[in-house]
Amino acid sequence: MIIEHPLLGPRDSAEFTYLGDASLIDRPDWQAETATRDFYEYAYLRDNPAGWHRELWFHEAGDRSWLVVTRNTLTHEIKSVEMARDVARAQGRSK
Amino acid sequence: MRYSGFRVIKEALTGHKGWRPAWREPEPQSHYDIVIIGGGGHGLATAYYLAKEFSQHKIAVIEKGWIGGGNVGRNTTIIRSNYLLDGNEPFYEFSLKLWEGLEQDFNYNAMVSQRGILNLIHSDAQRDAFTRRGNAMILNGADAEMLSVEQIKARYPFLNTDDARFPIKGGLAQHRGGTVRHDAVAWGYARGADSRGVDIIQNCEVTGFRIENGKCLGVETTKGFIGANKVGCAVAGSSSRLMSKADMRLPIESHVLQAFVSEGLKPVLPGVITFGAGHFYCSQSDKGGLVFGGDIDGYNSYAQRGNLPVVEDVCEGGMAILPMLGRARVLRMWGGIMDMSMDGSPIIDRTHIDGLYFNGGWCYGGFKATPASGYCFAHLLARDTPHPTATAYRFNRFETGHMIDEKGMGNQPNLH
Repeated sequence: MIIEHPLLGPRDSAEFTYLGDASLIDRPDWQAETATRDFYEYAYLRDNPAGWHRELWFHEAGDRSWLVVTRNTLTHEIKSVEMARDVARAQGRSK
Repeated sequence: MRYSGFRVIKEALTGHKGWRPAWREPEPQSHYDIVIIGGGGHGLATAYYLAKEFSQHKIAVIEKGWIGGGNVGRNTTIIRSNYLLDGNEPFYEFSLKLWEGLEQDFNYNAMVSQRGILNLIHSDAQRDAFTRRGNAMILNGADAEMLSVEQIKARYPFLNTDDARFPIKGGLAQHRGGTVRHDAVAWGYARGADSRGVDIIQNCEVTGFRIENGKCLGVETTKGFIGANKVGCAVAGSSSRLMSKADMRLPIESHVLQAFVSEGLKPVLPGVITFGAGHFYCSQSDKGGLVFGGDIDGYNSYAQRGNLPVVEDVCEGGMAILPMLGRARVLRMWGGIMDMSMDGSPIIDRTHIDGLYFNGGWCYGGFKATPASGYCFAHLLARDTPHPTATAYRFNRFETGHMIDEKGMGNQPNLH
């Protein structure tokens, strides 16, 4: 698979390590009433869709940036690649 | 019809006119006591043991393709019970004992071959870990033996024991491990279940569950609604897709695992060998092909095919211990979809929906578990209590912190 890095252009997926579903960006509020349940779901449950999947890749053998890759789990086709920090900030995260 | 040597001779003398299909092709009835979704090894074994050991009647197995067309036909056929943790080892040893009696039990030649499995050791730390594992196996009634380099050289003279980076320092052997003809497992269970009245319904996809007031009443399928008192799901690889139809999210990611087979060779490899420093394992099939594999690709996939970096990695691992592998050509390579669970161990449990039961999360170790998985799932379906060897395989272990994490990797499915 070739991942179109937003800054570096096309890179071999072997340069990256894979973390998982991009929902891992949305860390629950530890002070919420439902925090125990929220963290269980956050840490252990996954949608695991057959089709388009937003997921986190780390450019370990490159510029060490985190990317959000939208990839089809049925065909391995990649539709879009974003910097994870841009995605997180767009969701209101400070960093 | 019982298969036997006498039967073969009789049929040979009478023009082979007496053979009959090994199972029927029934149309679904409107209602069953128990419906199993998934006609793979685990689903068929469940139906077989439900009928044979737990005296259940009116059972159906529903399969969207053809039986044995999924992971039971795509694996590397290895059986073993060399686990460490209490939640796992008794279960896998139970499975290995069932393998040992399986062919007599279901009257089918599954070519169970206990040719032994050897896990190679490359460092002092690994020797400590494997010694501990061997002791855990022996405590649970399994067999284990630590082999010295000299013993390994005598048995496997072709191994590269003097590799500069990963010299072989010894090995943990389980002599009762081995290989099985994987397709025959599905066929044997299917025939055994069918002959006891189980309806095996192929080319019938489950499109949804009918759930009312927290109770599962049956399944919607491409052949119409099929009612059931209890529904058991055994569709590893597609577990998340299926259970999402019941609005469930699972502690599972689906990953692709590749496997390879070389051209047919004369007998050269007398057992299963695993590389301890990387991830590589190899055995020789009865047709002569070297069957080998390694790591999963490491990203979510339902594609049943992998990518080249893992091919390279697997072949590097192979060349490190088995330099002769470089002289053989790879004949075929393929991929299967694994339920990678959050702790690397499976789930056999009730769901929160009354009448809906789940069996999945087998990671890439499902084949060896087939008999025990079927037996324990049948036990759960018939009696509503877990089998004594499968009490740890519960959904709630992730919530309560009772993970069964053999490798200590945490909730990172692609590292198990």
